Amino acid sequence: MDLVALLAIQVLYAIASLALISVGLAIIFGMMRVINLAHGEFLMLGGYAAIVATSHGISIWIAMLVVAPIVVGIIGVVIERTIIRFLYGRMIDTMLATWGLSLFLVGLTTAIFGNTTVGISAPLGSFQIGAYRTSGYTLFVIAVAIVVLAAIFAVMRWTRLGLIARGTMQNANMAAALGVNPPRVYAVTFGIGAALSGLAGAVLAPVSGVFPTIGVAYVAKSFITVIGGGAAILSGTVSASALFGTINQIATFVTTPVFGEVALLAAAIVLIRLLPQGITGRFFRRGL
Amino acid sequence: MAAPLLQTQDLSMHFGGVRAVRHVDFSLAEGELRCLIGPNGAGKSTFFKMLTGQLEPTHGQVLFRGQDISHAHAHDIARLGIGIKTQVPSVFDGLSVRENIWLAASRIHSGDKARGAVDDMLERVGLTDAAERLVGQLAHGQRQWVELGLVLATDPELILLDEPAAGMTHEEVNKTAELVREINRTKALIVVEHDMQFIRMIAKQVTVFNQGSVLVEDSVENIMRNPQVRDIYLGKQAAA
Amino acid sequence: MNARTLNLLGLGVVGVAGIAFLVLVPRLFELDVVLELTVYMIMAILALSLALIWGYGGILCFGQSAFFGLGAYTYAIAMFNIGESTIPLLLAVLVPAAFAALLGYFMFYGRISDVYLGVITLTVTLILFNSINSTAGPEFHIGSARLGGFNGIPGIPPLNFPGNKGAPIDLEGMFYLATASLLATYFGLRLLLASRFGRIIVGIRENERRAELLGYDPRAYKLATFTIGGALAGFAGCLFANWGNFVSPTIFGLAQSAQIIIWVIVGGRGTLIGPIVGCIGIQWLTTALGANQPSGGSDLWAKIFANAPLIFGVILIAFVLLVPKGLVPTLGDLGQWLLSSFGKRKTRLQPKRAEEG
Repeated sequence: MDLVALLAIQVLYAIASLALISVGLAIIFGMMRVINLAHGEFLMLGGYAAIVATSHGISIWIAMLVVAPIVVGIIGVVIERTIIRFLYGRMIDTMLATWGLSLFLVGLTTAIFGNTTVGISAPLGSFQIGAYRTSGYTLFVIAVAIVVLAAIFAVMRWTRLGLIARGTMQNANMAAALGVNPPRVYAVTFGIGAALSGLAGAVLAPVSGVFPTIGVAYVAKSFITVIGGGAAILSGTVSASALFGTINQIATFVTTPVFGEVALLAAAIVLIRLLPQGITGRFFRRGL
Repeated sequence: MAAPLLQTQDLSMHFGGVRAVRHVDFSLAEGELRCLIGPNGAGKSTFFKMLTGQLEPTHGQVLFRGQDISHAHAHDIARLGIGIKTQVPSVFDGLSVRENIWLAASRIHSGDKARGAVDDMLERVGLTDAAERLVGQLAHGQRQWVELGLVLATDPELILLDEPAAGMTHEEVNKTAELVREINRTKALIVVEHDMQFIRMIAKQVTVFNQGSVLVEDSVENIMRNPQVRDIYLGKQAAA
Repeated sequence: MNARTLNLLGLGVVGVAGIAFLVLVPRLFELDVVLELTVYMIMAILALSLALIWGYGGILCFGQSAFFGLGAYTYAIAMFNIGESTIPLLLAVLVPAAFAALLGYFMFYGRISDVYLGVITLTVTLILFNSINSTAGPEFHIGSARLGGFNGIPGIPPLNFPGNKGAPIDLEGMFYLATASLLATYFGLRLLLASRFGRIIVGIRENERRAELLGYDPRAYKLATFTIGGALAGFAGCLFANWGNFVSPTIFGLAQSAQIIIWVIVGGRGTLIGPIVGCIGIQWLTTALGANQPSGGSDLWAKIFANAPLIFGVILIAFVLLVPKGLVPTLGDLGQWLLSSFGKRKTRLQPKRAEEG
């Protein structure tokens, strides 16, 4: 019974972390059809932002939940204005340019911070479930994921910003004709997507530590979650994370963490083959 | 009566909630030229796409020389002998006119025979002078002829032309009509067009589509006088 | 016939330069330079494999390193088990080719396109990386070859003259083999691309739908192209394993994949010479940037990461934004523009003659 509870928490954690690392990319891809291969680096920068902030005495909670998103969000806006906006409509070229950006950011952070892993200790203690101990931080991550997804839902559904975003997503020309400024919407959207990625990177920093090339671990998984999820941002991310997270965790539980990773990647390939438009290309189509 | 070259039986296409083509029975004899007319959104292009295998019908059958091709691959149908010139010219823009036609001709010829066939086709569509130019840089009318040349070079039995005269000058329209009549001496054609003058230059029998189904089939003169046909073009509902 | 003579002239120049290079380099340079140039030749073959698949076939493959790595690992494993190099060499080409055929079948007959191709191929190479990286214990072996995990496989025996186990190839021989292979690959691909097959795959790249409507099955052609490219990359991998006598899982990594794509983009996607130039240029740049050892060891990547990513990143961004066609085609366009402005000047001096004609 305790084992079931433990496994359930592990599965939820896997889903939550997948959702967190993917939702920023989902927003950027869903809104602007931009494949941002520097996404992993946004996560990495979020981690470093949190670490730098804490080393200057800022509370770890504020560093992770406030400083990191703001810093990475601003970086995102700058990148959109200087690189991305020249490449709209050219999907392959965007992929390539953002790959270059990814390399650049890795090089830059290595030059500034060096090659070694920097850690923050997970601030919440552990607690007991029957015969097993698990980290309280796990629950924190799950909670953050739920709050973030709920917040996105609320903004998309009930605010003017969300309506403008959805409108521009459906039909940019029409939105422009109605007085919305698509370039500004794109810049803001990219910034928000970046900010969310920064948040995720910061929140996950105590779990894995931060080093310049940590983006590599994140980029493939978040990509296949976004593409596996399909066009609808929220329901896509949630359904794909749920599917892949569960497969990952169960495979890990039954074999090894490495196999868990492989299982996730393999499941993604099968999914894309069966549902080329992603999950929400077929199911939950009207979702947000 | 000789077996028809092409036949559709109860052919239908549904997209989500839209019924683009509804229960169409259509028949074309060997060597016949038929015009397909109807207002925008009547389902003509969708109908064509089912004939070439670009779309699979949700219901019904397409028979080519008695063979069921309803769910065949597009490239297999092309090899059976159906060619299409699409509404928006679909050609190899980054290649020269000669290379475009070579790609088509080399599907049925090889080596020198292919090269000879290319030269012949260039002359037939009047593009010998433009042979080395990149198709993407040609004028619209010329690009239509490149596509026509492509289609003819594979020597199909049945040729579908989707708005071959669109965007052309008066001279180009005349030339295209002449080309179509010449093709019709040996091949069957189905031509979708809006330009009534063009249709009068080429057609004998006309099929009128409206809202996914066949409204009426008759000779050109009768169609032009048919009040129902006039109504659907002017927007009034045709009698059920 | 102007374009054709220019074409043949170009081929002639490449041929002569290539043979001169082959013959002169070992005579003019020290062994360490020859060693360096050998790996450039090998990587150029890898670049050509992606040039075929992506530049000419239009197939966006982000995981070309998968076939490269499979070739290297297959050679190493087979060599440890068999001892004589003819079969390992053959396997090093066939295994990646078979893998490419399988993956290609899965993708192309599943009508997967463009972006998704990129994601899937990327994922595949990552699966290989993750899997092999974790095979460090002694229990992970194929026959008498330990997979080695993140430590890699050291001490890979070199190729020997066919049938003669006791006559391994030496460093100079390696250079001859690599350079000759590159030349053979280049001319072989030129032949392939000028053939009916080659022209059809270009047509499919230009307009797949139209090629289909003309009666060509794009899935089959893409599969063939992908398999040939995989085989080439595998061959390059085998040569690479020979060159460094070492292979590690980083060969499957994101960094290696990115490199191959950068070579092709910088050099020029629609050509063969372009990727060769891009590859050799960037390899040389990498060496000049501070890697004092020949590329190969896993700690080299750690060193490179300090400098090269920054520079490569900027190069990639700059090229995508400013020189999207790549170096060789852009230089070609520049050359054509210069030639045509010469032509213009000529006609202006003789207007009457033109009118009379």
